[in-house]
Amino acid sequence: MRALPPFLFAGFLSLTLLAASAAAQAASPKIVIKTDAFQPKALTVAAGTRVKITVANQSGLPAEFEGKDFSVEKVIPAGTTLPVYIGPLEAGTYHFFNEFSPSATGTLTAK
Amino acid sequence: MLATAIIFFREVLEAALVVSIVMAAAKGVHGRGRYVSAGIALGVLGSIVVAAFAGTIASAMAGRGQEFFNAGILLIAVAMLAWHNIWMSQHGKELAAQMKAAGHDVASGRKPLYMLLVVVMMAVLREGSEVALFTYGIFASGAQATPMAIGGVGGLALGVLVGCLLYFGLLRIPLSQLFRVTGWMIMLLAAGLSAQAAGLLSQAGVLPSLGGTLWDTAWLLDQRSIIGRVLHVLIGYTQRPSGIQLLFYALTIVGIYSGSRWVNRARPVARGGATA
Repeated sequence: MRALPPFLFAGFLSLTLLAASAAAQAASPKIVIKTDAFQPKALTVAAGTRVKITVANQSGLPAEFEGKDFSVEKVIPAGTTLPVYIGPLEAGTYHFFNEFSPSATGTLTAK
Repeated sequence: MLATAIIFFREVLEAALVVSIVMAAAKGVHGRGRYVSAGIALGVLGSIVVAAFAGTIASAMAGRGQEFFNAGILLIAVAMLAWHNIWMSQHGKELAAQMKAAGHDVASGRKPLYMLLVVVMMAVLREGSEVALFTYGIFASGAQATPMAIGGVGGLALGVLVGCLLYFGLLRIPLSQLFRVTGWMIMLLAAGLSAQAAGLLSQAGVLPSLGGTLWDTAWLLDQRSIIGRVLHVLIGYTQRPSGIQLLFYALTIVGIYSGSRWVNRARPVARGGATA
């Protein structure tokens, strides 16, 4: 047990470095949240890699960008533009919605 | 009204389960109600403040403030839960013996209740700020206040009810076993919170995902269903875990388990207390 903390520290440090290099490679498609809709409604991203998406909330109300069949869940307060990292996703079509206004939906295609 | 009821129920449920486990784990300790109530009150207050500054927090640190903030809250709770279990592994047995002998609550002096206060506050803060934001959102979109209030109170009451059911269920466990059971529950709770924090930091691009989706059990149990949410809190059920989440989950269990064992080895007198 005593040897664990330094080992852990080294582990997390290398993980952080890994993340930084992964982040540098990612492209950044943008989605805008309008009242009751996303713009664009369909988005294409690269499969098999980590992807950065920029989400801008122009609806004037708080929103939550959430994946239905892939993992992402992020509150986007009104008037903010925030980055979010997803994936790596296998090739296919995925769905997302605004949890605070669930009629707003969109699809994400990974290829 | 229904939308408000659902979101209140969901978030209150998640916080209520944590509060119930903490209350059961502190059974017999005089003053636990006061500490836990204070934790709830501080959490509610904090939620409103956090919701009010949601934009500022989210935009901080290049748009990753929200993830850092929430992961921080979760990891503080994990640290307190780990500390609780390690402390109980040393003192659980004598505490149970004292309670049995006294037949009533024992003095609070021995068990550090403030760590439970912090856990409760963090749990309420984490769920509450989302409720506050959502409520503000529908209110600002022109919904009427009265049906919203009815929905909110209804959802709140239902969430608290489920928490109470868990609490009274736990109290049926004989005293000699109770702390062992709450010890295991707290370990799994902590591991789940830790995995949640890893997911957030990965989503912020701070940690790698180490494999986007290890497996997908959404077909078996939808994490957004009520049972899915309950298990999400209780054992950290995640329908699509990433590698980093699994790693954090495992490290937390190993850390708490070996921490408890290590403390016991250091003081053989206290050996054999509540596990983990």
